[in-house]
Amino acid sequence: MIKVGIPRALLFYYYYPLWRAFFTELDVQVIVSPETNKRILDAGLRSALGEACLPVKLFFGHVLELSDKVDYLFVPRLISVEQKEYICPKFMGLSDMLRARLPNLPPIIDTAFDVSERRGFDWPHFFEKVGSIFTRDRHLIKRAYCSALEADKNFRRLLNSGLLPPEAMDAGKGMSEAAATSVASQGFLKIGLLGHPYNLYDSYISMNLIGKVRQMGASVITAASVPDDLIESQTKKLPKRLFWTLGKQMIGAALTFFENEQLDGVIYLTSFGCGPESLVGELVERWAKHRANLPFMMLTIDEHTGEAGMVTRLEAFTEMIKRRKKHENYVSAYGKPVHCC
Amino acid sequence: MKITYPHMGNLYIVVRALLTSLGVDLVLPPPTSRRTVELGVRYAPEFACFPLKLNLGNFLEARELGADTILMAGGVGPCRFGYYAQVQKEILDDLGKSMDMVVLEPPDVSWREVKDKIRYVVGDISWWRIFKAIRFAWYKARAVDTVEERVLFLRPRTYEPYRLEEYRRQALRRIDEASDKREMDEILRDFNNQCRTLPLKSGPFLRVGFVGEIFTVLEPFANYDMERRLGLLGVEVTRSIYLSAWINEHLFGGLLRVKGMEHVDKLAAPYLNSFVGGHGQETVGSTVEFGRQGYDGVVHVAPFTCMPEIVAHSILPAVSKDYGIPTLTFYLDEQSGEAGIQTRLEAFVDLMAARREKRRKENL
Repeated sequence: MIKVGIPRALLFYYYYPLWRAFFTELDVQVIVSPETNKRILDAGLRSALGEACLPVKLFFGHVLELSDKVDYLFVPRLISVEQKEYICPKFMGLSDMLRARLPNLPPIIDTAFDVSERRGFDWPHFFEKVGSIFTRDRHLIKRAYCSALEADKNFRRLLNSGLLPPEAMDAGKGMSEAAATSVASQGFLKIGLLGHPYNLYDSYISMNLIGKVRQMGASVITAASVPDDLIESQTKKLPKRLFWTLGKQMIGAALTFFENEQLDGVIYLTSFGCGPESLVGELVERWAKHRANLPFMMLTIDEHTGEAGMVTRLEAFTEMIKRRKKHENYVSAYGKPVHCC
Repeated sequence: MKITYPHMGNLYIVVRALLTSLGVDLVLPPPTSRRTVELGVRYAPEFACFPLKLNLGNFLEARELGADTILMAGGVGPCRFGYYAQVQKEILDDLGKSMDMVVLEPPDVSWREVKDKIRYVVGDISWWRIFKAIRFAWYKARAVDTVEERVLFLRPRTYEPYRLEEYRRQALRRIDEASDKREMDEILRDFNNQCRTLPLKSGPFLRVGFVGEIFTVLEPFANYDMERRLGLLGVEVTRSIYLSAWINEHLFGGLLRVKGMEHVDKLAAPYLNSFVGGHGQETVGSTVEFGRQGYDGVVHVAPFTCMPEIVAHSILPAVSKDYGIPTLTFYLDEQSGEAGIQTRLEAFVDLMAARREKRRKENL
């Protein structure tokens, strides 16, 4: 049986269910690298360029982890998944960076996904190209991508109902939406978490941010639960169409969060040196201040981040929100609410 | 309406020619200085790339001189440059220093947008006059590049580098003031005559390709005057990007057929088979080209956190290995130190000289 390796990093968090279903149906074994650990991160740091961002370095680590276990590495070149929009430049050159820096890799499948390539380019066209590497049976490929699209739809449905991507990936088709909602809505505080999925849901590099926030008695909603059409309509409000698909999801989710009255605060997790986020994060931070009056905290992570520092900042942030909640209705004699003890 | 625009090397000469011949009132920001950097860094996002910070500093300084409208270029991704204007506007608004922004970029919906923007800036002027103004600015761009090219060639060869710099300064100032094409031809003739009076060393000289992100290549303040440093170290520098080539490609869409970058993309294909925004692919392609032409090395510059150039930098070692051409990458931002850059350049030049010497001995 042919083995295809999918690194547990970057686009994994967006498309894994889609890809897994496709390859499984093609009778190809999918091997995913294990969850991030120190060894994987160190291997990535050693092999990737120092100036690259943490998620890209981590991707190198995951690729190395897989390299001697699989026949092919699946690192598709996602250039543009929506009209006039791009994924980050680093994603576009990912396979080339791997080839240039890591010799002796198994063959890389880096089929391009570019909607501007021809009219109506979509996943079926992409999968036809990928599938032809493994089989000449076009019907089989068609069946495979049909079930892949089905799996993807199911995955997105679970996300929209409030499940986080890692939970939604594990959950089978049996998981009902009601059960999912009950997972999502526990906790005294409600905190919106922004940040790219590959940072947020990798509990090693995010130092289990989601778990920590939950432990502090807050429930969490993330950008993954905001439906695409809502993001689309929110981003219409931008001064100029944002041309990064992933950045657009962040800013659309942020704008949705700002309108959500039940939300008590927003935390934005970003990686050091992230290009799009340097601008998107700046806009979100400014708008959080004077459009929504919402407590906002930016956490920047890289390979040197210390856990204690993060815990301290999280504690301070949640404490601040709790006090604000408690004293919200206290109006001083001078007319201004006082958010202090 | 008083228009200003950001600095990028000698771009100010070209844009000034264009706007003044259209009768637009303009305020040039003071030359980029330490103060510009400080202003920009204070208000710009921490991880934004260096050009954004410098531009912002330019705008704030121009505003002090009375500018109220900013004219700048934009883009449609995936390089961050395409979103500069929106972020800068947000920052200026928050500072209470709002300025109008006119961003020239490929339109999202229809070309009418572009036309409206041009009309907004220049007012009711015939298209023929606009065409003439553009042609005039284009001549200036060519003249500026002719001077720069000549200087790059002469720097390692001359015994009197400071006289050469003086000639260059004079020529650029006169081009800036020139009012028609005949005058410019005369200036170039004078400049060439002046250069001919310089006594020259005889070669061979080390040859280095200068590649990277356009702003850091063209703006001597951003790259700590690297071209001149290399020239004074006895190295002949060849730039991969010239101002006129950039204007041709981005504003005229290759209408004038000046040697552009298409062939470079083809050279990059074995290493980087997709465009990655900005000048990432051009960087790789130009390095391949310099390697094929037997250059002694390539110096690569980029703003810190520049995404396309990080991709290019990741790939350069493979090119370097295949073509046996050493490369040196500098990431530049407000934290870069002059002494560090000078030391690294000197070491790089020594290394190239040693390689050349070794090769010469092997061939004997």
